[in-house]
Amino acid sequence: MAMRVEARQLGYGYPGRPVGRDLELELGAGEVLCVLGPNGGGKTTLFRTLLGLLAAQAGEVRLEGQPLEALARSEVARRVGYVPQGHVAQFAFTVRDVVLMGRTAHVGLFAAPGATDREAAERAIAALGIGELAERVVTELSGGERQLTMIARALAQGARALVLDEPTASLDFGNQVRVLREIRRLAAEGYAVVFSSHDPSQAFLAASRVLLLARGGALRQGTPAEVITADNLRQVYGVEVRVAPLEGTNVCLPVL
Amino acid sequence: MIRRTALAYALATGALALLTVFAFALGRFPISALELAQLVANKLFGAAYDIAPSAETVVLQVRGPRILAALLVGAALAAAGTAYQGMFRNPLVSPDILGVSAGAALGAVLGIFFSQSALVIQLGAFAGGLAAVGLVYAVGSNVRRHDPILSLILAGIVLGTLLGAMIALLKYLADPYNQLPAITYWLLGSLAAVSPGDLALAAPFALAGLVPLYLLRWRMNLLSLSDDEARALGVPVARLRIAVVCAATLMTAAAVAISGIIGWVGLLIPHAARMLIGPEFSRLLPLSMVLGAAFLLAVDTLARTVAPIEIPPGVLTALIGTPFFLWLFVTARRAWQ
Repeated sequence: MAMRVEARQLGYGYPGRPVGRDLELELGAGEVLCVLGPNGGGKTTLFRTLLGLLAAQAGEVRLEGQPLEALARSEVARRVGYVPQGHVAQFAFTVRDVVLMGRTAHVGLFAAPGATDREAAERAIAALGIGELAERVVTELSGGERQLTMIARALAQGARALVLDEPTASLDFGNQVRVLREIRRLAAEGYAVVFSSHDPSQAFLAASRVLLLARGGALRQGTPAEVITADNLRQVYGVEVRVAPLEGTNVCLPVL
Repeated sequence: MIRRTALAYALATGALALLTVFAFALGRFPISALELAQLVANKLFGAAYDIAPSAETVVLQVRGPRILAALLVGAALAAAGTAYQGMFRNPLVSPDILGVSAGAALGAVLGIFFSQSALVIQLGAFAGGLAAVGLVYAVGSNVRRHDPILSLILAGIVLGTLLGAMIALLKYLADPYNQLPAITYWLLGSLAAVSPGDLALAAPFALAGLVPLYLLRWRMNLLSLSDDEARALGVPVARLRIAVVCAATLMTAAAVAISGIIGWVGLLIPHAARMLIGPEFSRLLPLSMVLGAAFLLAVDTLARTVAPIEIPPGVLTALIGTPFFLWLFVTARRAWQ
C-alpha cells in the first residue's frame, strides 16, 4: 500500500496541557509538508504524536490506513523514519554504526544486523553521498555532516514516510540548502516527508503543503502560496513580513 | 576500525594468558613455568611428572580458585560497568558511583548481621544493589532543571553516603568477635578467602546476568540514544532498560558476593576499552570483560606478592582508579571517545 500519513481530529499535547486540537492531515507519497510556527507552538509535540511517542489526546493518527495504537513500536519504525532535532552524540560511534542502528526494527531482539541490514545501511549512506564519512566518528562531524548521517539513518529504517524535526536548525547556509535538496529528492523518489522549519521561505523551496501552527492551537493549512501570506505571518510571529515573488517562487523578507 | 579491534583483542587476550601464568607462578611458594607445564600436561593428557605434591596443592587448591575468582569478578564488574555506562549515556557512571556497590554491600552486611547463609547474603547483595540503582535512576531522571548526567552522579553519591551510614551503624552494632571482622573484610574487598564453594554459588548469578547482556549486545547500542530516538527506531526502551539494569546489577551483586566491594574496575575498564575500540557495544563487551579479568588478576597478584602482608585489592584499585577518574574529569570532552 502506498504511504499515507493521516491525522483525524487529532488533539495533541501533554497531560493537563493541550497544545493543539482538531488537526486534519493527509499526506501521500511524493508530498512534502512543511510545519511552521513560533517557538513553543507545538511543532515537536505534533511530531511526537505523529510518531506515537506521545499518546494522542483526541482523534487518531493512521499510517497506511492503520491506526497508530494498533501498531507495535517496530511496525511504526518500519513505516515512519524520524530525524530528531539537534541530535547530540554522546558516544563516538562511527557513521556506519549509527546508520546501521536505523535497521533496529528489522533486526531480531537477540540478533545483530545481518547482510541485508548492512546492504540497506550502505545504500542509505550512498544515497546521501556520505560514503567518505562512513568510518568517521559522529562526535567529530560538522553539524551538516551529522544531519546527513541522521537522514541516512532514517532512510535505513526502510520507511516510506519521514519526519524531520527542524532539520536545518543551526546549520550553515550551504548545509541548509543541501538538506532541503535532499528533502526534494526524497519526495521525488516517492517518500512522504514532513519537516518543520523556522524559515517560511523554505516552504516555498521544498514543500508542496504548509501547516502553520500558532500558539493556542490555531491552524492554517494549504499550499505554500495560500498559507504563507504577510497577514498570516504577522498573526503567527508578530512581525511584519513581505512575501515577494522571485523567479517563479516566493521569498519572505522581514520588514525591519 | 576492524583491524584496530582485532589488534586490541589479540593484545588483551595475550596479556590475560601471560598474567594467568604469572599468577600461578608467583607467590610465597614460587612455582616454575616448567612445573606448571608438567602439571597441565599431566592433568590434560595423563603425562608423567615429578613435582612435589605441595606444589600441586598450591596450584590446584590455593591459587586456582583465587585466580578463577579474580577472573570472574574482574570480568563481571567490567561487563556491568560497560552496560551501565552505555545505558545511562554517561561514561562516568559505574557500579560504585551509582550506589549499586554500596546497596549490594548493605544487603550483604545485613545478611552477615543476621547470621544468614551464604545464599541469603548473596540474594541480599542483589536486592540491595537493585534497590539502590532503581532509586538513583528514579531521582536522576526526575531532576529536570539540572544536567541529567550530573544529577545522576550526585544522586548516586548522596545515596551512597546514606547507605554508608547505615553500614556504619550495622558495624557499630555487630558482634565484634564474630561478625565485625567478616563485615570489615567484606567491605575492603578481598579474594584471599575464596573457596570453590563461593565460586560455585556466585558463578550462576554472574552467568545469569551475562547471558541477557550478551544476547542484547547489539540492541544495547540503542540505549545510548535519547529515549525518543530509540523508540522511534522501534525499541521498547523502558522494557529493554529494565532488563539490562537487572542483568548488570545481577553481575555486580555476584561479584560483590565473591569478593566484597572492589571499586573502580567497573569505571576504569569499560572506559579504557572504549578508548581502544570505540563504543559499539557488541565489540566492546567482550574486550571489556577480558581487560577487566586481566586487570583484577594483575591487581590481586600484586596484592598478595608485593608486601609481607596482603594488601586489600580494593585499596590498590583505588590507588590506580582515583588519578584516572580525576584525569577523565579534567580532560574528557562532552563527546566521549
